[in-house]
Amino acid sequence: MARAFRPCVLTANDLFDGAVVYLDPDGAWTRRPGAARLLEDEAEANRRLAAAAREDAIVDPYLAEAVPASDGRPKAVHVREALRATGPSNYDHGKQAGS
Amino acid sequence: MYRYDSFDRDFVRNRVAQFRQQVERRIDGSLTEEEFKPLRLMNGLYLQLHAYMLRVAIPYGTLDSRQMRRLAHIAERWDKGYGHFTTRQNVQFNWPRLKDVPDILDALADVEMHAIQTSGNCVRNVTADHFAGAAADEIADPRPTAELLRQWSTDHPEFAFLPRKFKIAVSGSPVDRAVTRAHDIGIRIVRIADGELGYEVAVGGGLGRTPVIGSVIRKCLPEADLLPYVESVLQVYNAIGRRDNKFKARIKFTVGEHGIEAFRDRVEERFRLQRKAFGGADRALLERIRAMFAAPAYVQAPTGGFDAALARDPVFRSFVDTNLHPHRNPDYAIVTVSLKAHGATPGDATADQMRVIADLAERYGHDEIRISHEQNCVLPHVHRRDVPAVHAALREAGLATANVGLASDIIACPGLDYCNLATARSIPIAQGIARRMKERGDEREVGDLKIRISGCVNACGHHHVGHIGILGLDRAGVENYQITLGGDGTDTAALGERTGPAFPAEDVVPAVDRLIDTYLELRSDDDEAFLATYRRVGMQPFKAALYPDSASTAGS
Repeated sequence: MARAFRPCVLTANDLFDGAVVYLDPDGAWTRRPGAARLLEDEAEANRRLAAAAREDAIVDPYLAEAVPASDGRPKAVHVREALRATGPSNYDHGKQAGS
Repeated sequence: MYRYDSFDRDFVRNRVAQFRQQVERRIDGSLTEEEFKPLRLMNGLYLQLHAYMLRVAIPYGTLDSRQMRRLAHIAERWDKGYGHFTTRQNVQFNWPRLKDVPDILDALADVEMHAIQTSGNCVRNVTADHFAGAAADEIADPRPTAELLRQWSTDHPEFAFLPRKFKIAVSGSPVDRAVTRAHDIGIRIVRIADGELGYEVAVGGGLGRTPVIGSVIRKCLPEADLLPYVESVLQVYNAIGRRDNKFKARIKFTVGEHGIEAFRDRVEERFRLQRKAFGGADRALLERIRAMFAAPAYVQAPTGGFDAALARDPVFRSFVDTNLHPHRNPDYAIVTVSLKAHGATPGDATADQMRVIADLAERYGHDEIRISHEQNCVLPHVHRRDVPAVHAALREAGLATANVGLASDIIACPGLDYCNLATARSIPIAQGIARRMKERGDEREVGDLKIRISGCVNACGHHHVGHIGILGLDRAGVENYQITLGGDGTDTAALGERTGPAFPAEDVVPAVDRLIDTYLELRSDDDEAFLATYRRVGMQPFKAALYPDSASTAGS
């Protein structure tokens, strides 16, 4: 049986530099994890994913489980997604460099 | 070292020009990612968690100062100021931008380097003993053999699409520093009858999710038969290796499923035909290559300054103890430059550090540098009188950490901090253990201890052959670490055995601490190394130390 749908964000990597990007509420790609849109409807999430797969400026889109943090912004559930949202732990070379 | 001829130069330049076009077509939308991905992978360009990653081959880990300076230049101009040296003697740049990669590849081609066959189901970078051409215990330099194999396997039309990737390692010494038994083909130079040299060939070794120690398929292969024999092994593998399941496609499964005897019979049958087909051109080529690996013009001079520094300076003494290895010329030493300062990322070198190493190689080291699979740099030929000056320069650059072969000289893969395949982080665990060793202050007393960390079952961090192996896994989105003991990647190769239930990330350093304490209590004397103690006393006391609250000693 397929796993029940859980709220998620739509994420991918940027074609030009590989940076992690998220779909925002306006349907644009943002590099700020906090600005991502939390997708709570399964059909909508799948529709967005299918559309993203046809886009050329991003690579490997997928849905990543997320929960709303206390401030309402989406927060990663899995350690992998948490690292993608911040950058590597050994150097401030990822998103943490700009924050 | 080997120098490109015009064929090599044209081949590499043409590939860069082709890739430049492909990148342009990807960026302007003419190629989809699906179409482009195999092309970028053929040129060593991966997409990792946060960015692209370019994997550059360093054939058998040999570089000169010009090449090292070029890596420094690339790190500074197109990356974030550093490079990561890997367990396959490659270097990886973690942050290149797609449009810059053709320029990077051109910059590499200027110094006879490339990223070809650093990905895909082909023969990968051929690795070798990092002390090749220098070690006192060496029978013969393995690099001419490795270079012959590199030329043969580069763009070999028959082996461009093997069932899975294929790794070959060559050692020229009875002491196996190249982990040959954990390779698809592991080659060791041996003396056969009448002082002639030949090869012991092992097949079907590998780490990964199903670790296997390679089986010897030929004990004494005459030198002249190397290429036809290796080609026969690849032909048999290519023909009968599984392609239905990626996880059963490496040659270790082919050998396992058919049995080494049946596999050998098939290889020998092919070999009878192949041998005739080669006709001696390969041997002539080997002779030409060998001339390029002639020993450097050794300096004949007294080694006096070395002994004086040794008597005077305890810091120098401890560096000599761990970071120097015997050279075949007694006036020389092999100097290992540790890329494992306590708390640093294993294998990382900044552009400045690369330049320091390049300068030292040029000034004191006959212009030779090696990258070890243990993720350190090596100056293979340093006259003993110059070692104090080398040490002083390394100290100034923060590169004189005297820990080679000790507990903080850890191999760690990039793990979940960078790698798309990883299930847990490796780097912070390595940093934590190394910092703890510094705090303990007894790593010299602890002695020879190889800790190896992988961030997933693919085992790039060689955890199966670590005296202490650590494997990071994903348990419901949280990092979790299994520990193995008793692994050994040398000529007494063995796979580590799991201790029991896995540990959460914060408990790994304390667990390693307890393992080391237990070893210190149990060793018969100061000279009994961790691995020897483990082999003598077995798992039980270590298990008791790791799981004190567990009445039962059963695994998870």
